[in-house]
Parts: sequence; structure tokens; C-alpha cells
Amino acid sequence: MALFEGRELACHRGGRDVFENLTFALDGGDALLVTGRNGSGKSSLLRILAGLLKPSAGALFFQGNGVAEDISDYHRHLCYVGHAEALKPVLTARENLTFWNRAGSGEAVTSALDAVALSSLQDTPVRLLSQGQKRRLALARLMVAKSVIWLLDEPTVGLDSESLGAIESKLADHRAAGGIVVASTHGRIKLPDATTIALEDHAVLRAAEMIW
Amino acid sequence: MNLFLAQTAWELRLAFRRRADLVLVLLFFGLVAALFPFAIGPEANLLQRLAPGIIWVTALLSVLLSLERLFLADYEDGTLDLLVAGALPLELVVLAKTLAHWLTAAVPLIIAAPVVSLLYNLSAEAIGWLLLSMALGTPNLSLVGAVGAALALGARRGGVLIPLLVLPLYVPTLIFGVMACEAALAGLPAKPYLLISGAIFLVMLFVAPIAAAAALRQAVE
Repeated sequence: MALFEGRELACHRGGRDVFENLTFALDGGDALLVTGRNGSGKSSLLRILAGLLKPSAGALFFQGNGVAEDISDYHRHLCYVGHAEALKPVLTARENLTFWNRAGSGEAVTSALDAVALSSLQDTPVRLLSQGQKRRLALARLMVAKSVIWLLDEPTVGLDSESLGAIESKLADHRAAGGIVVASTHGRIKLPDATTIALEDHAVLRAAEMIW
Repeated sequence: MNLFLAQTAWELRLAFRRRADLVLVLLFFGLVAALFPFAIGPEANLLQRLAPGIIWVTALLSVLLSLERLFLADYEDGTLDLLVAGALPLELVVLAKTLAHWLTAAVPLIIAAPVVSLLYNLSAEAIGWLLLSMALGTPNLSLVGAVGAALALGARRGGVLIPLLVLPLYVPTLIFGVMACEAALAGLPAKPYLLISGAIFLVMLFVAPIAAAAALRQAVE
């Protein structure tokens, strides 16, 4: 039995079927790359995987248990980085990151800030950071959250190639340590050996196309 | 428990960084309460009789001013998604946010109430009863307000919708808060009214986080 599974997931939003019969199974170290054009349902799928949106059919399983049965337990193993950065402009970069630090030590925050090259700006209020710097800080949350499943919605938006390389390296480290990465993108991100779901624009995906 | 305390501390830190909002609420309370004596006139007995009701209504309206910021910033900047998908159950997140709201929006009003009471020539004993009724009643304003603020998320002109949702639900808190003061001033027992205020608080302490969390889950879908 796989560590993280989605079985026959379907999403119906705004009066249309976004996707249906979507099934995947991921073990520790695996990655799932969700691709597709704008409006193809990438974010909806990520929000379903984050437990923010109920699938109109199908179910998610983590460690063999239905996620819907104990969503709080599932959320303890999950870190989601959505479209919005979820940063507080009145707080500094370090203060923003410290709140999400489940490791307990300040060293984890320092190390995460180092990883996204924001150490020199750690005491700067977030309102003064550029869009790319805010994105990097949002992604640094992954490194302090200590979660098994990383869900990334368009993580590459606003990143320069150097920052993208650093993030890809962290994703590889997380997978090497047994973690799972699920990322949606319509751009470039290297996730070696990742299973890919290509969502079609305004089309319902058929079972035959989607089951592995 | 650690996560709950961390959430509360985070909310307090955010509130103090945006302390202009807190000062605004306090100034509103002081200015509106100061207007009534000008309108009613200097008759001390009349002012004393009206004081509990006026101060309570003014406090209630002041708390309303700060309700919109309870969840709206989190909703707009994406933090609410992370809180819904977070390790701390959403009901406890709501409770932590409500506690921080009460500490930063209502407690300053309770502290300022004795100063405002001077305008109404209230005795020290009457001020004592007023403070006691406010201490028991204002948590209800934050708890009921949290439900209203969560329900109004995502709605157009949510800032206008919140008072419409919340004000009718504030009526029992207002009635028993004011009646406790008036009974004490008339030499009658205030305890029954205070007990009912306390009972409303206990019910809301249980119901409001569940209702607000359900509304927040709906808002992020």
C-alpha cells in the first residue's frame, strides 16, 4: 500500500467538471508533477490534496487511512504553499518564518533563511521585500514545517534561475529523506523521475488517460 | 497547547504591530462616550441613570469596528489556507484569534471605562459593577463577532454585513450587562444578571469556535 494515494478523484467547480477519475499513488521519495494551462484545474487539485476543497468524488488516503476520517492528523504531515505567499507585511522575514517553525529551534529558521538566500534580510519587514524574495520566504516555510508531504502550487513564479536551483536542490533533499513532493506548474521545475499529470484545459480527463 | 499559545502570541504580536488600529478603537470609544453628556445636558442624576447603557452600547460599537480584521487579512494574504490546513484544529485557531481580539480590542475599553465614567458622575461602586459586567460580557462580543466575521468573509461589502449579522446577537449580552449595573445602582441584587452573562459566555465559548470554523472552511473552498 502506497504512503499517499488519491483514488478516482473528481472535481466539479463553477458548474463544470474540471477533472474526474484521477488516481495516483506515491511512496516516500516520490514526486508528482501536475502540469496544464491556466484554468486547467491544477490549483483545484492541489487544494483537494491540501484538504481545503472536498473532491466531488473519490478519496485521499495517507498511510492507508482515509484522510477525511481524521483530517487533523493528515494536516500534521502536510505543508502547503499556495499561490498567495501568506506573509505578514508588518513582521520581519525571520518573525514570519518563526511562526511556522515546528522544529522548535531557531537554528532551523536560520538554516531555512540561508537556503533561500534571505539571511541578510532576516530583520527586514516583509513589506519591503520584492515579489521574488517573498516567494522564496514562502518556500522557506517548507524547510521549517517538518512535514512529509510538500504541496507546491506554482512554486517557480517570480523566482530567478539561481533561486530555482536552490529550491530544486531542497526538493531533492526532501525526497532523498523519504518525503513526498507534489508540485503544480505551467513553467519549469526539475523533479527527476516524477509522475506527471497533464491536465487539459477545460476538458474532463478520462479514466483511461489518468490511471497509473 | 503549545500550538494554541503560539497562535495566540502570534495574533497579539500582529495586533501590537498594527497598534494604530487599537488606538483608533479606543479613541472612538472615548469620543462617542464623551458626546452623550453634551447632547443630554449636565443633569447629574439623568447622566448617572443612562451611563451603563450608553457606555455598554459605545463599547459594543467600538468592538464592531475591529471585527473585520479578525479574519480578513488572513483570507486575503493566503494565511487562512495554511491555518485550515495546519496542525492546530481550526476551532482552536478561532479561539486563539478570538482571545487575542478580546485582549486587544475589548480589554482596553474595560480599562478606559472608569475614565469615561467620570463624565457621567458615576460613583466608585457603580464603576465597579460596570467593570464587572463588562469583564463578563465583552468576551461574548468577541466570540459572537468571530462568527459574524467568518460568515462575512468573501462577501462583497463584508464590513457592512458584519454589523447586520452580529448586532441582533449582541442584544442578550447588552441587556444583561446593562441590567446588572442598573440593578446594583438601584440597590437590587445584580448577581442573577451577571450569572446569566456568564452562562451566555460559556455557551458561546463552546458554540462560537465551531460555527466560525465551519464558516471559515466554507470561505476557503
